[in-house]
Amino acid sequence: MMMLEVRGLCAFYGQSQALHGLDFALAEGGIVTLLGANGAGKTTTLRALCGMVRMTGEISFDGKPIAGRATEDIVRLGVAHVPEGRGTFTRMTVEENLQLGAMARGDRAAIAADLEEVYGEFPQLKKRRRQQAGTLSGGEQQMLAVGRALMLRPRLMLLDEPSFGLAPLIVAELFGILRRLNQRRRVAMLIVEQNAALALDLAEHAYLIETGRIVMGGPAPEIAKDEAVRRSYLGY
Amino acid sequence: MQLLLQQVVAGIATGAIYAMMALGVVMIYLAIDHLNFAQGEMATFSTFLAWQMIQWGWPYWAAFVATVAISFVGGIGVERILFRPIRNAPILSQVVAFIALFSILNSSDGEIWNFTIKSFPTPFGTKPLFCIGLVSTHQAGMVAVTVVILALLYLFFRGSRLGLAMRAAAANPESARLVGIRVGWMVALGWGLSTAIGAVAGMLIAPVVFLDPNMMVGVLIYGFAGAILGGMSSPGGAVIGGFMVGVIENLAGTFIPYVGQELKLTVALVVIVAVLMVRPAGIFGRVSVSRV
Repeated sequence: MMMLEVRGLCAFYGQSQALHGLDFALAEGGIVTLLGANGAGKTTTLRALCGMVRMTGEISFDGKPIAGRATEDIVRLGVAHVPEGRGTFTRMTVEENLQLGAMARGDRAAIAADLEEVYGEFPQLKKRRRQQAGTLSGGEQQMLAVGRALMLRPRLMLLDEPSFGLAPLIVAELFGILRRLNQRRRVAMLIVEQNAALALDLAEHAYLIETGRIVMGGPAPEIAKDEAVRRSYLGY
Repeated sequence: MQLLLQQVVAGIATGAIYAMMALGVVMIYLAIDHLNFAQGEMATFSTFLAWQMIQWGWPYWAAFVATVAISFVGGIGVERILFRPIRNAPILSQVVAFIALFSILNSSDGEIWNFTIKSFPTPFGTKPLFCIGLVSTHQAGMVAVTVVILALLYLFFRGSRLGLAMRAAAANPESARLVGIRVGWMVALGWGLSTAIGAVAGMLIAPVVFLDPNMMVGVLIYGFAGAILGGMSSPGGAVIGGFMVGVIENLAGTFIPYVGQELKLTVALVVIVAVLMVRPAGIFGRVSVSRV
C-alpha cells in the first residue's frame, strides 16, 4: 500500500481553479518530486494536501482519508510541511521555533533528546539557539525550517522550494542532509522544486505539472532523460 | 514636593488598574487584530458577580477566586458563541457585535443589580500604609496584586508550552497551524485570560470608584490610552503605558490649572490622539508593514 495516495485532486482560489484532477502516490519512505514552471500549481498541491486551500478529490494517508480535514489534524498524523518562505516565527528564538515544531507531540519526555539530535544535524542552529530567528541568514532559516519539521518526528515531509534563494554550496549541503534523513529515518518526502536537476537527482519518482495538470510521471532517471523535460527544465 | 510625590504614587496605584486593562486589550488585539469594546463591561459584569457572592455572605477571597474562574470560562464562551461565528466577517460587523455586547452587559447589570451606586469591600483595608500617608493599604494592595499577576503571566508566556503555543498562534496563525497548534482554541484561551484579568481589575478598582454599571467606561478609555501609548503590539509596553497614563492623569489633574478632577478623562483622550499623530506604533510597539 502506498503511504500517500492522491486521486482527482482539484483546488480552488475563489472562483478560479488552480488544480484540475491530479493523481499521484508516494511509497513509504520514498522521495517524490513535483516539477513545473512558476504558477503550474506545485505549491497549491502541497497546500491542498495540508487542508490550506479549498479542494475536492481524495487524499489518503496510511489508508485513512484526510481530504477536508483541518490543517492541524493532518499535521498531527505526522505530516510536516516546510512552507515556501519557511514559516519562521521571526520574533522568537531559534530554540523556541524548534520547540514549536514538537507542539503536536504527546511524548514530551523524548522532545529534549530530539532537540539535541536536531542540533547535532545542524550545528549552526545550536550556536544561535538564543538568537531571534528573524536574524538568521537565509540558509540558516531553511535549516531551521527543516529542523522544526523534524521535531514533529514526521513520517512525511512536504518541502516547498527548499533551494529557493540559497547559495549553491548551501543547497548542496541541505540536499545532502535531506538524503541522509531519508535513508536513516525513513522519512518520506514530497519535494516541490524549480531546480529540476537537483530534485531529480534526489527523488525516486517525479511528476511534471503544467497549468494544474500532471502531464508526465515516472521514475526520476527516466524523466531526467526525456527530451522535452531536458530542454524545458534542465536546460541542456 | 510632598504633593508631587503623593500624586505620582497615587498615579502608579490607579495606573496598575489601567495597566491590567491595557494588557487585556492588547491580548485580544494580538489574537484577533482589533479591539474588544466590551472589555470594560465584561469586567463590570464580573465585579457585580463578585459583589453578589459577597452579599450572599461568601468570604472575600472565595468570591474573588470564583469570579476569576467564572470570568475565564465566560470569556472563552463569548469567543466561542459570539465571536467565532463572525471571525471572517468585515471589521464593521465585528465592531457592531462588540458594541451589542457592550449594551447587553451594561443593561443587564442595571436590570439585575439596578443603577444605584454600591460600595465594594477591599481585603486590604484603607488605612495609610506605614503611617507615612503616601498611599493607602488598598492602593498598595492594587499594585501588589497587579505585579503578581503580571509576573505569573510572564512566566506562563515565556516558560510554558501552552504559553509558547499561544504566542505562536498570535504571531503567525498559518505557521502555527502547520506545527499542529489548534489556533482557534488559542484565541479562545486568550479571551479567557483577558476576561479574567479584567475581572481582577474591576474588583480592585471598585472600592475606589464605587460599583455601578458604568464603572469601567472611563477606566477602559484609560486602558486604551495605556495600550496605545505603550504599543498595541507589545504586552509589556502596554503595561508600562498603563502605569504612565495613571501618573500623567494624576499630575495633569493636580498641577495643570483648568484640568482639575473634571477634565482628567480628557487627558487620556489627548494621550491617544497625540500618540497616534506622533508615533502610531507606541513607545514599545513595532511598526507593522504590509504589502497592499
